[in-house]
Amino acid sequence: MKWFGRRETHQSARTAEGGRIDRSRTVRFTFDGAQFTGHPGDSLASALLAHGVHLMGRSFKYHRPRGVLAAGSEESNALVHVDRGGGRETPNLRATQVEIYEGLNARSQNRHPSLAFDLGSAAGLMSRFLPAGFYYKTFMWPASFWRRVYEPAIRAAAGLGVAPMDADPDRYLRRYAHCETLVIGAGPAGVAAALDAAAVGGRVILCDEQAELGGSLLSEPHAVIDGLAGAEWLAGALSDLARHPNVTLLPRCTAFGWYPDNMVGLAERVTDHLATPGVHQPRERLWQVRAGAVVIAAGAHERPLVFPDNDRPGIMLAGAARAYLNRYGVRPGQRAVIVTACDSAYACALDLHRAGVMIAAIADIRADVTGPAVEAVRAAGLLVRTGVSITGSTGHLRVTGALFGTEWVACDTILMSGGWTPSLHMHSQSRGKIRFDGANFLPEAMAGQQSVGSCAGVFDLTGSLPGRVVSGVIAPRGGFAGLVPGAKAKRAFVDFQNDVTAKDLLLATREGFRSIEHVKRYTTTGMATDQGKTSNLNALAIVADQLGTAIPHVGLTTFRPPYTPVTFGTIAGTSRGALFDPERRAPMHDWAVSRGAVFEDVGTWKRAHCFPAPGEVMHETLARECRAVRTEAGIFDASTLGKIEVVGPDAAEFLNRLYTNAWLTLGVGRCRYGLMLSEAGFVMDDGVVGRIAEDRFHVTTTTGGAPRVLNHMEDYLQTEFPELRVWLTSTTEQWATIAVQGPRARDILAPHVTGIDLAHAAFPHMSVREGRICGVPTRLFRVSFTGELGFEINVPADYGPAVWRALMASGHLTPYGTETMHVLRAEKGFVIVGQETDGTVTPDDLGLCRMIARSKRDFVGKRSLRRPDMLVANRKQLVGLLTDDPSTVLEEGAQIVEDPGQPVPMRMIGHVTSSYPSATLGHSIALALVEAGRSRMGTVLHVPMPERMIAVRVVEPVFYDKAGARLDG
Amino acid sequence: MLIIPCPYCGARPENEFRYAGEAHIARPADPEALSDAAWADFLYMRTNPKGRHAERWRHVHGCGRFFNCVRDTVTDRIERTYPAGTAP
Amino acid sequence: MKFSLRTLFTQGLAGQSGWPEQWRSPEPRAAYDVIIVGGGGHGLATAYYLAAELGVRNVAVLEKGWLGGGNTGRNTTIIRSNYLWDESAAIYDHAVKLWEGLAQELNYNVMYSPRGVMMLAHTIHDQQVFKRHVHANRLNGIDNEWLTPEQAQAFCPPLNIGKNVRYPITGAALQRRGGTARHDAVAWGYARGASTRGVDIIQNCEVTGIERNVAGAVTGVTTTRGRIGAQKVGVVAAGHTSVLMAMAGVRMPLESFPLQALVSEPVKPVFPCVVMSNTIHAYISQSDKGELVIGAGTDAYTSYSQTGALHIAEHTLDAICEMFPMFRRMRMLRNWGGIVDVTPDRSPIIGHTPVPGLFVNCGWGTGGFKATPGSGHVFAHTIAHDRPHPIAAPFTLERFTTGRLIDEAAAAAVAH
Repeated sequence: MKWFGRRETHQSARTAEGGRIDRSRTVRFTFDGAQFTGHPGDSLASALLAHGVHLMGRSFKYHRPRGVLAAGSEESNALVHVDRGGGRETPNLRATQVEIYEGLNARSQNRHPSLAFDLGSAAGLMSRFLPAGFYYKTFMWPASFWRRVYEPAIRAAAGLGVAPMDADPDRYLRRYAHCETLVIGAGPAGVAAALDAAAVGGRVILCDEQAELGGSLLSEPHAVIDGLAGAEWLAGALSDLARHPNVTLLPRCTAFGWYPDNMVGLAERVTDHLATPGVHQPRERLWQVRAGAVVIAAGAHERPLVFPDNDRPGIMLAGAARAYLNRYGVRPGQRAVIVTACDSAYACALDLHRAGVMIAAIADIRADVTGPAVEAVRAAGLLVRTGVSITGSTGHLRVTGALFGTEWVACDTILMSGGWTPSLHMHSQSRGKIRFDGANFLPEAMAGQQSVGSCAGVFDLTGSLPGRVVSGVIAPRGGFAGLVPGAKAKRAFVDFQNDVTAKDLLLATREGFRSIEHVKRYTTTGMATDQGKTSNLNALAIVADQLGTAIPHVGLTTFRPPYTPVTFGTIAGTSRGALFDPERRAPMHDWAVSRGAVFEDVGTWKRAHCFPAPGEVMHETLARECRAVRTEAGIFDASTLGKIEVVGPDAAEFLNRLYTNAWLTLGVGRCRYGLMLSEAGFVMDDGVVGRIAEDRFHVTTTTGGAPRVLNHMEDYLQTEFPELRVWLTSTTEQWATIAVQGPRARDILAPHVTGIDLAHAAFPHMSVREGRICGVPTRLFRVSFTGELGFEINVPADYGPAVWRALMASGHLTPYGTETMHVLRAEKGFVIVGQETDGTVTPDDLGLCRMIARSKRDFVGKRSLRRPDMLVANRKQLVGLLTDDPSTVLEEGAQIVEDPGQPVPMRMIGHVTSSYPSATLGHSIALALVEAGRSRMGTVLHVPMPERMIAVRVVEPVFYDKAGARLDG
Repeated sequence: MLIIPCPYCGARPENEFRYAGEAHIARPADPEALSDAAWADFLYMRTNPKGRHAERWRHVHGCGRFFNCVRDTVTDRIERTYPAGTAP
Repeated sequence: MKFSLRTLFTQGLAGQSGWPEQWRSPEPRAAYDVIIVGGGGHGLATAYYLAAELGVRNVAVLEKGWLGGGNTGRNTTIIRSNYLWDESAAIYDHAVKLWEGLAQELNYNVMYSPRGVMMLAHTIHDQQVFKRHVHANRLNGIDNEWLTPEQAQAFCPPLNIGKNVRYPITGAALQRRGGTARHDAVAWGYARGASTRGVDIIQNCEVTGIERNVAGAVTGVTTTRGRIGAQKVGVVAAGHTSVLMAMAGVRMPLESFPLQALVSEPVKPVFPCVVMSNTIHAYISQSDKGELVIGAGTDAYTSYSQTGALHIAEHTLDAICEMFPMFRRMRMLRNWGGIVDVTPDRSPIIGHTPVPGLFVNCGWGTGGFKATPGSGHVFAHTIAHDRPHPIAAPFTLERFTTGRLIDEAAAAAVAH
């Protein structure tokens, strides 16, 4: 193929000397499988250009062949995929930002089968039928074809690179930093600002997205600053800053987002430029910097000129060409045409001319061009045509000529400049105001931050370095935005990557899209991966011109973070796997692990779900565990229950207001089951509360509800009842809680307990005593969530495992997990908040009317219970359900209907909240919430499942030991 | 991330705090005396202004105290913070 | 001009020069029969159905900025109707049914793509909740099915169903009719349809007051473009509802929170459906353009700033990277915020207000986009007939007084 035949195998476009690359060393890399060489300091783009390769990418919509447009992060065409091996693949990287290293493996994107010959470019032939928004106007018939035919085709054509398919093995870290001054951008203005800030004292952070600090000075060989060559001044300044103890220099570090109170997000690329990263190095690092003041020295972006076929490979920004020549020692071509509306292109012309590039033509849109820049060019013997617009170009995979009306000028590169657009991204993200000065949008000064240098519209170096003597540079005066005079809008690209032309913008305007936000969304201009850095002002100018209005009236699209794309992993940092959401483990966790427990996630807790014996299947395990508790005794780790110590002279009064039941009458050493409502009257939490002393309560909460309950209590205590003398302390982590339940529980405990009389009369059900167990201080509760004689042993958390092991040594205890706990409590009809309740359930719905102290004038949630809808007769009430076939276990979440014969949509009157096979009872049991359920006792309802209808009988929600005789062992 | 001046601890980053809704909605002294509409107003109705907003925060990962705060909901700038139970 | 392949072709031959404005931009008249305040999807849909179905054509839509510039143009475009309660399921499925024919109805390709919405279960509690939804939906005639982890991965190959993650996937609920649509096109399609039928769409027109007569009834609005009279005013202003209703002295049970979303750089098709996880707290899909579209819950505090905090986006990407470790090297291209109006029960308010002639449609929270056609349709009926459409009837403001809440937050998603 022609392109391959022409490809240079050596660095033919490299200059003999100059630039900031390290010519003493050679680096080999591959691009699309072909071998190339370059030097340390090269970007992938500069190294390819050194080989005469301009063609680096394909556009999004028409798959037009594209060369590199820019030299920095604003690049829109040269997007590549870099594969470091081992799943380390990254799509959509800008070749201008990829630093080459030995073995770099890059490939082009969005083309098939090859970059030079892309079948997708057929879309370009159809472009007249594919205007902006064409997809809104067609693909509607037949309706089913959108999903099946049209959309898959569109999706396949869209997208740019290919997403990696393997898990990313790299690491990412986060850092937080504080400083008095953060300087964004290490161009001359930023370096000067950092020097000034460091001189005043205070911490300074200077970050820059490029590998090398210096910004525009890196491409400016002629500047003289304070009597020094620009490069020397820069080296001295950076060396001063590097030596300063309070200054942090961060190259390869992009300030991407601005958040309230001067918090700025920086993304640092740590290892992507290294052939072999250190094993301990993260790939990237997220910095979150809180700055007293921020100096934005983010620079400006050069605008392309919008003319027909302005996108052929070989056409690039004049400033980029100058960077490639001066910084990288690469000639962009052998025969250049320069088209401009800004003096900065003259600096480019002069440098290229000196480097031996033939300048075929210089055309300036401006009719009247005067000043030192144009004079210098003329003095060098170059002809400048003024008042002349370029009207087109020729070529396919490389530009071959420029058109000026009917005149054709042969060339292999066209270098363009429409002037410079200040980078307002960070200023705008900080919610800074913006004004329009007739040519550019500029930042308005505001407290806590300032813009300096070209991002503030100060384009000449002298202005960017106040107090310093600068000479030797050409100030970039002038500029133009919009479609160049006399040119057709067709194929005049504004947004290169998304293939948005001036014609598309005119169409959008004609169709009534007048706000720039509408134009942007309809045409997709400015929505590519460069987010319109080079295109936005041209688009605005074209729309404003069409509407006959001024640019500010069209509006300016909002600048959104990030400034340039930020790796997901960088933002996620170390939050993966175990660190994604650190596990909470109960004190006896390790013991459970050693016994082969199966765990379940409950909130952030890991809880033992069951303890399967070797060879057991799940239902056998549960049957064994249940049987053990009902016939002997079981041991259960209840430590995850929330625990709050409520202390103070008014503690009982406080609980009286927070819980539905009465607390003033609860004696010391006694417990009560407490029900807590939200102010809206719905059940929020429950738990046993023990009165340890007149002024001290041991409150337990559900596992998941502990933080919410404590916050709820603190809220009322601090803001509604501040007169109460009560103090709240979370003690969840301080107590290990071991439940021992079963007829033999007392016998098993007795040998280990001292200082507490365990006899029933001395220590009845719902009591709490303090004493010792295994010599360890304990709060021993006599409570039962199983219906059996039961105790809950609270010991200081660190002693939990020892006490647990001591009790296990008795040989009569069977450890059981949460699932058995659920079965046992369901057999007794005890509810679980969050399972029987869902935030819409009242105490009466649960049949817990007795829990409401009628005598109390008020408690949280009481008034809401009187609202009309809380009193209606058909509220859903807790009932039990039994199936005809004892082996049928209903599905939790299954719905319940009255009439099994009704058609869909069926009228549902309730749902199954809990359902288990009960080994003890020999049949399945279920709890359910059913409309007016308590009035339906004995009736038959139906559970429609996909495969069959299951009849169920409504029963009392207590299946086992209704009289409660077993509580006493 | 906002910087929030806790009246008890001083300026701290937002992730030490938990937002707690509109301030100065006192729980009625005698809820039983209220009509359903008045009770609903207390429970649910909120000013939700675009601009100055008196709101509550809790320094949950700090002193644990609830306090009040006046913040502009357009700029997110905090005007002042002051203890719970005191007037704006 | 009808949109079709044929007109696209003939316009192509004519250099695309003959397309007319998609909607008119008239000066406001002195008075209308109905004024809709808010030119987002819901407001424009309301105006469209008033004109197209109910013969109410003397209608103006007043928009303070540009059409679809609020949450319509800022959301993650997820469509589904697998809500728990009958009332919610009815209104969201009403919307899905309208979505299914919307491109043809509007002659505007809104790109409704039923690619499936999958909600991942990670815990036993998740399973109980999702199965409750699946069963309730099935009996309501709404598709929603339970999948094993293996079935879930077959439907969505990037899903990691391994056990060696913090919250392994234990199953999923899949609504195949759920999916996505092109958000801007919805606003533009309704605007074009409404404008064609006589509705005046007036942009850059901010309502500054709501006028009432001595009886308290609405007589019109004052705006930045002058006074406009109307006997009926419908406020459809999402995050700004409280501000507008305050102009008529009505307090609302609403709080406005920032809701963030973000997209990656575009890549070739890699993600076939919508996946949501409430436990891990994020959701993701891939747009037709190739961007991964990602969101999560709201920011913590009320705000009208249309921005969000980095630590919220951080948490969202933590979750995405945990679920899909192959996407860790993908890059965030754009991150933005909307303002969502949230009710205490996470269900909308649609209907009358205490002020005669003043109607409100708000409180859609984080899930309003999916409801757009259904919301506009029932609100139009409610305004035209001056009584609630049967599907809208449960979503009254009075429910906060009676306690008849429709609490989707209780059992369902934080993320929508």
